Amino acid sequence: MSTPGDVAGEGWPLYEVFVRANRGLSHVHVGSLHAPDDDMALRNARDLYTRRNEGVSVWVVRSSAITTSDPDQKGAFFESPAGKNYRHAKYYEKSAEVPHL
Amino acid sequence: MSDIKPRDAAAVAAAYEAEAADVHGDVSVDELALSAELTGADASATASDDVAAYALRLGDDALILSQRLGWWISRAPELEEDMALGNIALDLLGHARSLLHYAGTASGRSEDDLAYWRDEHEFRCAWLFEQPNGDFAHTIARGLIAATWMQELYTALSQSTDATLAAIAAKAVKEVAYHRDHAVQWTLRLAGGTDESRRRMLVALADLWPYTDELFRDDALHDRLEGVAPRPSSLRAGFDEVWDAVLAEAGIVESDFVHPRIGQSSGGGRHGNHSTHLGPMLAEMQVLARRHPGATW
Repeated sequence: MSTPGDVAGEGWPLYEVFVRANRGLSHVHVGSLHAPDDDMALRNARDLYTRRNEGVSVWVVRSSAITTSDPDQKGAFFESPAGKNYRHAKYYEKSAEVPHL
Repeated sequence: MSDIKPRDAAAVAAAYEAEAADVHGDVSVDELALSAELTGADASATASDDVAAYALRLGDDALILSQRLGWWISRAPELEEDMALGNIALDLLGHARSLLHYAGTASGRSEDDLAYWRDEHEFRCAWLFEQPNGDFAHTIARGLIAATWMQELYTALSQSTDATLAAIAAKAVKEVAYHRDHAVQWTLRLAGGTDESRRRMLVALADLWPYTDELFRDDALHDRLEGVAPRPSSLRAGFDEVWDAVLAEAGIVESDFVHPRIGQSSGGGRHGNHSTHLGPMLAEMQVLARRHPGATW
């Protein structure tokens, strides 16, 4: 299994960046960057991904710390829910007061 | 829509329209509310001659350092660092614009008049800001001295009795806090990195440190601007406290970079006497505006 950013010969390790735009929203993956260490990664993320008031909170994580699903196994991983409509909560009314469900 | 009477066709149609407009609210980038480009309590405020002279000094410091840092764009060691230095340069250019605009109100000149149509002896920046970029460590050492000083300066200036200067300083202080952090982080990493990075950091500190005292010299202008502008000498204690803490964390003592036979520069930048580095830099910065007056794109 491959890990994103796990490439030999790169000067600085790769980090993944997550930005939360507002209170009540989740952190969303916005991209990646290189940095010499965790502290500089956070600062680089601020410089690269929050230039236009995008965020109120930023997370960074070494790409090598992320374990990914195997693209070759995506059938076994993701196609099993097909035909299992009872897993969808489609019989409930969405509450109008909850905008980000 | 519960308050709409039945069969009131016009009201129903209006309500539908209002609802439709709400649901399909168009998003247009043109409507993005941009904040004002120039900071100041009042765009029509006019500076007195003394206040203008003071704003010119600070505006030139920011402009010249910004121009210096701009050189790094596309040349920094990594793309991420390119962006960091570029961001800092843009912050400083913003400070320069606000300060030069305000300085120009005393003589009816625009920020561009002041940036592009003054000659070397008319610039009032301190020598620190015109020093060459050198290697990356030199840029960091210059930035560390500059941002530590600016942080003390703008913190004090935000209490100015001059509303425009106070507003400019209040915005700038948040930005220079980040500039200082950037310089501190790199100082720690270069000083604590390899033997070569530490050697270069110490060389850079030795080369830039002599331009520190000029930033803290009082003169007659400050006597006349009591309450408007903080006395430079009053900023020294705060600067030293931060400076000593950074050096301690970096494991550097003063004798590592302060050479007993090299004193502080006499630096006459505030009176228009500049180091040899400013002239060539101004020639590059001003050539386009002077070769093609009024050019726009």
